Amino acid sequence: MKKKSNATTAMVFNTMPEAPQKKKFCRFKKNGIKYLDYKDANFLLKFVNDQGKVLPRRLTGTSLKYQRKVTQAIKRARHIAVLPFTGDSLK
Amino acid sequence: MATKTNSKTTETVVLKDYESVIIFTPVLSDEQLKDAVSKYRKLITDEGGELVHEENWGLTKLAYPIQKKSTGFYILVEYRSKPDFISKFELAFRRDERIMRYLTVSLDRHAVIYNQRKRNGEFNQGKKDQKQEGAK
Repeated sequence: MKKKSNATTAMVFNTMPEAPQKKKFCRFKKNGIKYLDYKDANFLLKFVNDQGKVLPRRLTGTSLKYQRKVTQAIKRARHIAVLPFTGDSLK
Repeated sequence: MATKTNSKTTETVVLKDYESVIIFTPVLSDEQLKDAVSKYRKLITDEGGELVHEENWGLTKLAYPIQKKSTGFYILVEYRSKPDFISKFELAFRRDERIMRYLTVSLDRHAVIYNQRKRNGEFNQGKKDQKQEGAK
């Protein structure tokens, strides 16, 4: 199970308390992404739960600097109807 | 002395980078849409701005209904203009009944680079397919 979550770096959700947690990282710092495109719905979906709520940094590992940009981009995307404000099953 | 040079620099036209997403109502015909877009294109150039890029996403499904419509024509324009042009531009949007929604964003230098790369079709590795899909 652990190996799986490592392979898909997109959503590392190690909520298991017993396993020694792999350190989370900020994907923006690691990959050198400097700009978040608010028009890119597929990318923003990674930072949103299936109800369309913004995921906390606690879960995604994003650094504060980029979390601010994530929320900004998500709010912009919602305004231009690229992302829904609410939804039942986005994923 | 310093103040003099400052006032001079403010007089010279400083163009900033902006990007607007405009959503037109789906009831427009192709020609009406073209007319509307060319009107705004003209507005930008008339006011001393320059059009950098224009993109038509075509009839796109909305994530939620706006004005009881579930689709819309998305037009993306990237341009350079004076900062005080934006209020005029957005006022024109608000007066236009064909426009359901708009969003104007000022672009920082990372965004400008990103948009250029996106236009040239090069993306960061690993994010390739996602970003291309987003561009469509």
